[in-house]
Amino acid sequence: MHQKKMKIENLNLWYGDFQALYAVNLDIYENQVTALIGPSGCGKSTFLKTLNRMNDLVPTARIEGKVEFDGQNVYNPEVDVNELRKKIGMVFQHPNPFPKSIYDNIAYGPRTHGIKDTHQLDEIVERSLRQAAIWDEVKDHLDRNAQSISGGQQQRICIARALAVEPEILLMDEPTSALDPISTAKIEDLVNKLKENYTIVIVTHNMQQASRISDRTAFFLNGYLKESGETRKIFLNPEKEETENYISGRFG
Amino acid sequence: MRQVFDNELEELLDKFTEMGELVNDAIYKAVKSFINHDKVLATEVIEQDQKINDLEKEIDVLCIELIALQQPNTSDLRRIVTTLQASNDLERMGDHAVSICYSTIRVKGNKRSDHIESALNDMGEIIKWMGQEIVKAFTHFDMEHAVDVASRDDEIDYLTHEVKKGAIKRMKNDPDIVWGAIDYVLVSNYIERIGDYVTNIAEEIVYLETGEIRELN
Repeated sequence: MHQKKMKIENLNLWYGDFQALYAVNLDIYENQVTALIGPSGCGKSTFLKTLNRMNDLVPTARIEGKVEFDGQNVYNPEVDVNELRKKIGMVFQHPNPFPKSIYDNIAYGPRTHGIKDTHQLDEIVERSLRQAAIWDEVKDHLDRNAQSISGGQQQRICIARALAVEPEILLMDEPTSALDPISTAKIEDLVNKLKENYTIVIVTHNMQQASRISDRTAFFLNGYLKESGETRKIFLNPEKEETENYISGRFG
Repeated sequence: MRQVFDNELEELLDKFTEMGELVNDAIYKAVKSFINHDKVLATEVIEQDQKINDLEKEIDVLCIELIALQQPNTSDLRRIVTTLQASNDLERMGDHAVSICYSTIRVKGNKRSDHIESALNDMGEIIKWMGQEIVKAFTHFDMEHAVDVASRDDEIDYLTHEVKKGAIKRMKNDPDIVWGAIDYVLVSNYIERIGDYVTNIAEEIVYLETGEIRELN
């Protein structure tokens, strides 16, 4: 049985007057892949960003409720947001490597956290690239600009960059929607491997992807979490008619 | 997600092999129990059938989950659909083994014919080989072998006919053998049906390899 890594309780979120999330309750389990699905504007990406306080960057965003990570509410005033985002890393929809070398992209996080020793940085870079299943492809040209390689490779560089600071949780916001099927398959295999060591929460518009790679699925609609549970249950025999309709493509 | 799919496919084929072994064991023991008038062995086979049925259900669930969660295409999809069908065929083969065992239990003490029992014994040997080999052909994707295995169904059909002929002849001459002879006919029919299911599985293997639905025999 997997442990609860995060516990979200009665979470409400507003952007100005607009309420984007209504009383969401969800548990995120350790070493599992949790997929967030739902039509555009349902709140799934907003929800994802609450988990490591990325919504702090939106001036109009206001939050009520609890997001517990290892027993502590991440919205407690004493929480160090930089520390939090080190533990809960993020990968975005479009690969966004820095306009620097591959090496410097990966070393960026560890350096900002004070690691200066070259030998140690070399080790971190290699380990992270290996974990992101891209080491063999780039090991001979780590000095190349990370923006000059293919989109699929860039996305794995971004995953490696997120892994370099040794997070516990990886948030992924539609990480393959800008990639071709082969690169997508590589990322999906990678996610499956990464869950041995990390907890993963992934937003995806691709229902088949959610069914293929996730252990648990949460279905959002109009800011409400309509249904969540084991992926096999959600995809084979969901409780709610809305879930069934969405998954079988009857709306959304 | 090739890796996840491949792992689950392997698990599926392992279960199929396990089920095939149980079914073939049941068929072999069923025929043996009938020839040797072994009621204890017959009862054992009947009790084991639940395991076979449980495995079929597990295979069904796995196949449905693979289709729903992994969206297989082309040969992957054919593999899963044929496994669903073939496991259903295996389950029916197991049911016929159970029917043979009920005949064993019923027939004890009746008057017998060595000649017919020897033909049934031959049928049992052939069907045992067919059952074992078709499971191998299925898990090794071996279409040629599957067609070879199915071709032996003709021998089963011939022997079934022989058993029936012999039984009718004896019933005409000796009314005391009627009860026993009915069971001979029944058991030969059960084995004949098992042969048909083996042929079904062979046809499914042909479909798996070629995508064509072709009738064998």
